[in-house]
Amino acid sequence: MSANEADQFERIVLPHLDAAYNLARWLAGNDHDAQDIAQEACVRAFRFIGGHRGGDARAWLLAIVRNTAFTWLKKNRPHAVVSINDDDLAQIEDQNVPAQGVFSADKNALRAALEALPLEFREAIVLRELEGLSYKEIAEVAEVPVGTVMSRLARARQHLQNHFARKEGGK
Amino acid sequence: MNCAEIRLLLHAHIDGELDAANSLELERHLKTCAACAAEKTALKSLRGAFQGGELNFRAPDSLKQDLRQFVRDLGGEVNPRKAFDPQWLWKFLAFGATAFALLTLFLRPAGISGHDQLLDEVVSSHVRSLQVEHLTDVVSSDQHTVKPWFDGKLDFAPDVKDFAAQGYPLVGGRLDYLDGRTVAALIYRHKKHFINVFVWPAAEPEKMATEMRRGYAIINCATNGLHYCLVSDVNPTDLGALASLCGR
Repeated sequence: MSANEADQFERIVLPHLDAAYNLARWLAGNDHDAQDIAQEACVRAFRFIGGHRGGDARAWLLAIVRNTAFTWLKKNRPHAVVSINDDDLAQIEDQNVPAQGVFSADKNALRAALEALPLEFREAIVLRELEGLSYKEIAEVAEVPVGTVMSRLARARQHLQNHFARKEGGK
Repeated sequence: MNCAEIRLLLHAHIDGELDAANSLELERHLKTCAACAAEKTALKSLRGAFQGGELNFRAPDSLKQDLRQFVRDLGGEVNPRKAFDPQWLWKFLAFGATAFALLTLFLRPAGISGHDQLLDEVVSSHVRSLQVEHLTDVVSSDQHTVKPWFDGKLDFAPDVKDFAAQGYPLVGGRLDYLDGRTVAALIYRHKKHFINVFVWPAAEPEKMATEMRRGYAIINCATNGLHYCLVSDVNPTDLGALASLCGR
């Protein structure tokens, strides 16, 4: 029984360890906490491995990472997790700065801007742009409807565009 | 489509998530609207900036080693074939006892008497939940409040949805104990009746089966890896409608 589960763990969970760590790292904001979260999530994944029935193992693991991270954040950094109301957020960035054309900021500036995004927006961008998940997969990982995934991505990208537009303007 | 709608759908479009009909209409709009066309270029350029993997963090090698060690340690405990050592014999017996206990746990619902017992437990649990004013541990009509509440209390994630629009508002949730395991209980209301929906992991999908017991309707079904057991004094047709919603 256990040898089989160990095989499954090797086959289903470990290939996606980088993805698991990447999400944990972006949600936690530092290496130390990200390691704790990723490790706990993988241990949970091992316990639930019988519950994985085919399907995309990466999205399945990322959902567990996401749950583990949010539980961890709520416990250790309650102020970081302000459950967002997507309608309220819609008001924030309604003034669209005119489109910038070709995006020219370097990776460090982009990394800093992504780190500064509200948690749910950061999560959407990481899952879409860095992990290449489909809207449906993101919806499952983040436990929101597909429409919310689209609007979160739209808001998140607008945040980033406005951020860099203001920087350009400030020069 | 106006420019505001286009601006939102642009995201689905550049992500390859927009259906063909809307994509065509959107492309037509872009031909005549320079501002929206510029926005599309800007968004594609922003997307491009994330590619290349420089922003991805890689798991430290030590993490993989720790996890492999963790799994190996667990594996060693249940391998009884190493050598004849009294210690192993004990472990073997303990493992056998656990396996037997698990086996009976999993086999019981399949048998007729086990199923009958489950129905009795379900009705008792439903009645008890109404009597002692212990209907809910977490009271909320908000699925986003109820679902996280179960987090860490169960070894599976129940699917929590509010069906107020269909006439079954979510009242709340609580933990319950059925057939030897902890289960999620979701409480819905329908025309002044309460409905308990018990949820636990299921190995196989099961078609919807309606039964009556002590005047209560009970519906069992399993889909997407979860078993749903609904019980209430509403009529079986109304209960069936909620079962279909849950299992969707």
